[in-house]
Amino acid sequence: MPFIQLLFRNRLAAMGAVVLTVILLLVLLTPLLPLPDPDVTATADRFQTPFSPGHLLGTDHLGRDQLSRLLHGTRLSLAVGIAAAAIAGFVGSAIGIIAGYFGGRVDNMIMRGVDMLMAFPYILLALAIVAALGPGLMNALIAVAAVNVPFFARNIRGITVGLAEREFIDAARLAGMGHTRIILSELLPNVLPVIIIAMSTTVGWMILETAGLSFLGLGSQPPQADLGSMLGEARSALISHPFTSVVPGVMIFLIVMSINLLGDGVRDALDPRLRSGALSRPRATTLVQRNDPVPAATEDLLAIQDLQTQFHAGNRVYKAVGGVSLSVSPGECLGLIGESGSGKSVTALSVMGLVASPPGVITGGAVRFRGDDLIGAPYETLRRKRGDRVAYIFQDPLATLHPLYTVGDQLIEAIQSHHAVSRSAARDKAIRLFKAVRIPNAESRVGNYPHEMSGGMRQRVGIAMALANDPDVIIADEPTTALDVTVQAQILALLDDLRRDRGLAIIFITHDFGVVGQLCDRVAVMYAGRIVEQGPTQSVLETPAHPYTKRLIACVPELGRGRRELAAIPGLPPSVEALPPGCAFAPRCTKAQDDCRSGQIALTGSYPRAVRCLHPEEAIG
Amino acid sequence: MASYILKRLLSAIPVLLGITVIVFLIMAMIPGDPATAILGAYATPENVEKLNRSLGLDAPLVQRYLIWLGNMLTGDFGRSYSLNRPVLDEITERFSATLILAGVSFVLCSVMGILAGVVSAARQYGLADKAITFTVLIGISVPSFFLGMMMILLFAVRLKWLPVSGMYAIYGGGDLWDLLKHLVMPALALSAVATGVIARLSRSAMLEVLRQDYIRTARAKGVPERRVIMGHALRSAMVSIIPVLGIQAGFVLSGSVFIEIVFQWPGVGRMLVNAILKRDLLLVQGGVVFVAACYVLFNIMVDVAQSLLDPRIKT
Repeated sequence: MPFIQLLFRNRLAAMGAVVLTVILLLVLLTPLLPLPDPDVTATADRFQTPFSPGHLLGTDHLGRDQLSRLLHGTRLSLAVGIAAAAIAGFVGSAIGIIAGYFGGRVDNMIMRGVDMLMAFPYILLALAIVAALGPGLMNALIAVAAVNVPFFARNIRGITVGLAEREFIDAARLAGMGHTRIILSELLPNVLPVIIIAMSTTVGWMILETAGLSFLGLGSQPPQADLGSMLGEARSALISHPFTSVVPGVMIFLIVMSINLLGDGVRDALDPRLRSGALSRPRATTLVQRNDPVPAATEDLLAIQDLQTQFHAGNRVYKAVGGVSLSVSPGECLGLIGESGSGKSVTALSVMGLVASPPGVITGGAVRFRGDDLIGAPYETLRRKRGDRVAYIFQDPLATLHPLYTVGDQLIEAIQSHHAVSRSAARDKAIRLFKAVRIPNAESRVGNYPHEMSGGMRQRVGIAMALANDPDVIIADEPTTALDVTVQAQILALLDDLRRDRGLAIIFITHDFGVVGQLCDRVAVMYAGRIVEQGPTQSVLETPAHPYTKRLIACVPELGRGRRELAAIPGLPPSVEALPPGCAFAPRCTKAQDDCRSGQIALTGSYPRAVRCLHPEEAIG
Repeated sequence: MASYILKRLLSAIPVLLGITVIVFLIMAMIPGDPATAILGAYATPENVEKLNRSLGLDAPLVQRYLIWLGNMLTGDFGRSYSLNRPVLDEITERFSATLILAGVSFVLCSVMGILAGVVSAARQYGLADKAITFTVLIGISVPSFFLGMMMILLFAVRLKWLPVSGMYAIYGGGDLWDLLKHLVMPALALSAVATGVIARLSRSAMLEVLRQDYIRTARAKGVPERRVIMGHALRSAMVSIIPVLGIQAGFVLSGSVFIEIVFQWPGVGRMLVNAILKRDLLLVQGGVVFVAACYVLFNIMVDVAQSLLDPRIKT
């Protein structure tokens, strides 16, 4: 039972379960315990303090034994709360199932009514019901149950609507089953677990709500006492004899808290995102844990040196980037190409410490901008360079632009984060940038929200934002993947112009060799977190040396070259959790030999050409 | 925007009508005869019949509803027999006290809850996060009326910092400072649970938002981290926090009934409980309809606030 294990690994939930079990046991055993009658008064013994002989928790204002009253009161409160939950669950679920199963006008009418009930603050409805029926524990129970009916009706309806459209319900209908039978034998078994979970999470509220009504004097009537009415009666002696209030109050608190703890535990155990650690907040910069010596500085504008980035999830280590070295000089465009999951985006994000962390950790290497190491640099140093010297263009600008700010404001913010200029000056610059990336009607477009623009326009906004502070390097992570071909061609042409005009260095990440051929001076091919081949674009395209590069190029369809068989690469890239020794591509490679599967294979060749292969397609010199 | 507000107001009309129908039906379920209930078991049949006629209780249900609704629309909520004054006068007088208490509590729980949630998310698994999570757990588990009683014991009886109960001091007082002193404990006790709920939700909403791509974009632009959290992330998180604020306002309003009793606050909640105990049904009926209607209108304001925040909502 992994669910129970998960639940109990959560120490707080286990604590809640223990407290609740103890209370339940005590309450079940109450009639058997040697306790005085809870309702027998002895005014001579009133307000005995706790731990006095014969009265462990003292006596109340009528001299009744507090311990006995507490246990009997808890028994009553729990019984009423559970009964209310059962009634609300039964009635609400019945309404929800009927609404969801029949749909149409029945559904519409019922749900309108439910909405109206939900328009009340819950206590008002409960008060109105108690007002009509008169104070009393039974009536309080009815009121609390009634108030919670809409909650069940709404939740169960939602689930039933989903189920009612499924095939097995159609099948039952075609088999000639009646509505009642379908509901009872087909729908109910599927809905029941949800009903039970909902009941167990709401029973705490209901105990609290009935206690509340009793506290107000509208629930259990003297001499019978539940926890709420004990507290209500004790209130008049609050200042003179506080313990009579503390005893029932603490009991309510313990019950509600243990139910809350248990409920949280159940919810967490059922939520798969918590297990995977996906609910963690990414830090402002990627975590750095470097043990090896940092490589020495080079002359390049931007140099990535033997970079290693990993993802740590629980005990698992995913080596997303396993020692990558790249560099660019001003005005140069470097293509970084590979399949999804090859580590190219992680490489790019590592440059400015933008890999989400947790789970990301940079474990080795350096990223040098004009010789200064950015890995492990203080946050403020990194922030000043982000977007100012090294800017990013991301894929899918609908997700990467903030949906609630106008594009103009997002651009202005990019400028003002690095330059102390007035808002109007920043706005003028934003409009100039929009014109530079050829957004028509730039003056009015700055007032648009991202969702009001087309994909191509949004991508131009992303590029304008990257250019806002005249950076030295732009890292473009698949900026054209989400666009159609004509727009893609325009964006590529735009980037090419900017590079030539402004002397920008571009690292262009893509999985498309066609795009690389158009734009890049040099290209590096990544596979399973490593560079397997690099060199001038022309040379790599014409004479690919690594079998993987060759297969990748063969995947690109070409127009006007006649019919040619497109060769998909069989198999999948390996998991970077368990990389095989030797060449990572060996399992998918037709040329693999025994020596490919053992030992480290080095990147060999003379600059600018290099390949990581023992049996390359072409000898490179 | 104006047309959106108007549209929302118009859509509230059926809900408001529904509220009156529900309250009317609940009151019509009263077992036995209301006139007997008012006059007592020993009333003569003639007197019962006379009262029934004068209250209009001999007419059919629908007709009675329409008369009642018509009267309410003209501001006639009937007369409270226990207080011997018009119901509406009593309600409006009491409602201002409830509004002060619930309003201040609502502002408190919203501000404290969101702030606690943001800090908790920004320092996930840190000391502040753990302290907040623990406090929140206690806060949402203590019944507000018990918390109020314990606060009285500590701050009023033991430490003598604050007055025990009431809205103003009986002798002297009556100024704003006096009101604030009386307001501190009830407002804090009332906002405790809602603060906890809002803090929890804000924390998870912030964690969800902080993983979004546009937060990475903001960081990639070099936006300072404080602005990333308090600007970019919080603004998005508010989209899921605001509807919960509307729901919590209903819980604050509900909780005010208990807090008004504990602190002897002269509000609608205490009036309703006393009216139920005295079987003053017209006062209950009027009070419930009035407060529920105010809550519906408040929720329209929440919707409008939401549409101002999120440009993707069609207005």
